[in-house]
Amino acid sequence: MSWLSGIFVYQYIDMLDINKIREDFPILKRKVNDRPLVYLDNAATSQTPKQVIEAIVDYYENYNANIHRGVHTLSQEATDKYEQARIKIQKHFNAAKPYEIIFTSGTTHSINLVANGFAALLEDGDEIIVSAMEHHSNIVPWQMLCERTGTILKVIPMNMEGDLMMEEYEKMLSNKTKVVFCNHVSNALGTINPIDEIIKKAHGVGAAVLIDGAQAASHIVADMQALDVDFYTCSAHKICGPTGVGMLYGKEEWLNKLPPYQGGGEMIAEVTFEKTTYADLPHKFEAGTPNICGGIAFGAALDYMHQIGFKNIAEYEADLLAYATSELLKIEGLKIYGTAQRKTSVISFNIEGVHPYDIGTILDKLGIAVRTGHHCAQPIMDFYKIPGTVRASFSFYNTMAEVDTLVEGVQRARNMLL
Amino acid sequence: MQIKEIQEEIIDEFSMFDDWMQRYEYMIELGKSLPLIEDAYKTDDNIIKGCQSKVWVHAELQDDKLVFTADSDAIITKGIIAILIRAFSNQKPKDIIEADTDFIDKIGLKEHLSPTRANGLVSMIKQLKLYAVAYQTQIK
Ligand SMILES: Cc1ncc(COP(=O)(O)O)c(C=O)c1O
Repeated sequence: MSWLSGIFVYQYIDMLDINKIREDFPILKRKVNDRPLVYLDNAATSQTPKQVIEAIVDYYENYNANIHRGVHTLSQEATDKYEQARIKIQKHFNAAKPYEIIFTSGTTHSINLVANGFAALLEDGDEIIVSAMEHHSNIVPWQMLCERTGTILKVIPMNMEGDLMMEEYEKMLSNKTKVVFCNHVSNALGTINPIDEIIKKAHGVGAAVLIDGAQAASHIVADMQALDVDFYTCSAHKICGPTGVGMLYGKEEWLNKLPPYQGGGEMIAEVTFEKTTYADLPHKFEAGTPNICGGIAFGAALDYMHQIGFKNIAEYEADLLAYATSELLKIEGLKIYGTAQRKTSVISFNIEGVHPYDIGTILDKLGIAVRTGHHCAQPIMDFYKIPGTVRASFSFYNTMAEVDTLVEGVQRARNMLL
Repeated sequence: MQIKEIQEEIIDEFSMFDDWMQRYEYMIELGKSLPLIEDAYKTDDNIIKGCQSKVWVHAELQDDKLVFTADSDAIITKGIIAILIRAFSNQKPKDIIEADTDFIDKIGLKEHLSPTRANGLVSMIKQLKLYAVAYQTQIK
């Protein structure tokens, strides 16, 4: 560890006891290729603390039952816990009503739900606006919508730093604009987008806004009412929760306007062969038996994050980012993609003359987990004219010493590969 | 030399190394001796799918033997395809089709053999064998 990181560690002992936090994550004790795991793929999925794992075990050991339909005790207990989790999520995101929180299987499901709903509301010639730095999850469902409805897709361009060009966005808006969708934080670059401004401007022309919060949720607490956003979504597995569950926030008036996405049990009020009437919110959008355990564990994950403190997390991650950025830039030929002023603890980089895949392979041999490739954001890679990047994404349980290990690893890979 | 013999030779060479670093360094070295594909053949049609990096392979029949050339934009991938081509190039299609590929395991690259691994080694082997199948029918 360098003297610099020593100072950082010292500074944080009061605020976040990282070593103690690491004890919460059993997987961090693992070895990979005979070396201690250095997990720096947090933007793809975060690790799970034992508090969340225990919630999952508790569910299956003590009150596993189907919800909302049983008269028996277990069913009632499971229903209560599930609905409590919904309220935890509501409070966390400061939504006005609990039923504005829809449980989904994750961000992808949420976006498809909304895009599909808009298919019924849009007409030929309507316009929708997307940013140039979206995850494929927030591009493809809307493209499918355009194919079905004749809606026109417009793209907010970005600059070399990885910031959206807001003047261009303003020019695109008109009374034809019906929906604007954009990520809160870019998964490939880490840019924190000015969603406040994006939402206000869109509302100025009467358009609805969907914000993809998949990458933001573990770093930033988004306030639904303050933002006045129409839809917001995230996946639990990126915020220390389990896979296969997420949430969609929708303003009540919008959720009432959108038709249901899937038909089935739970989402109905009355069914005859002539006609079915749909259940009230949120059940209208929750067809079938949901991921009950996942929803409850999602709530436990939020509890855990709040116990650590989002403010502490943000401050510590900002220093991890600053340290990692300055150390990585010392490596000859290393270029960072995404240098926006406001970004989360994500560093996408390449080394001149080296393929990102090669670096990722060597780092894996050293026990360091990073992501390589286009990060499901091919348009960004096309913009920079590169095949992909190496992406190291840091979480509050990473240490300054792990940053040093990464930097040494990249240096070593460079020496081997060039 | 027969495919089997070449594979034994490769296994021998790799057995000299006792850690992954040396193996990878050697593989990178082998990548530099890869018989390069002509630029004209570096088309999208010749790209092997399933690799995170680009891999192009071209096959040509010379007399009754199949000769492979290839390239990749990633250096480790280039090493892997170089090893495969060393074993399979200049061989009769029938022998290529029938050849075992467990020597990859024996030279310590087992992790690359997983079909879910994004490096496409499995796709590369499949593609070389597909070429062999295609040319086999031409010979008859
Ligand atoms: C910005 C963004 N949007 C959407 C997704 C998709 O999330 P999920 O796969 O959990 O549905 C991701 C995941 O990588 C993401 O980073």
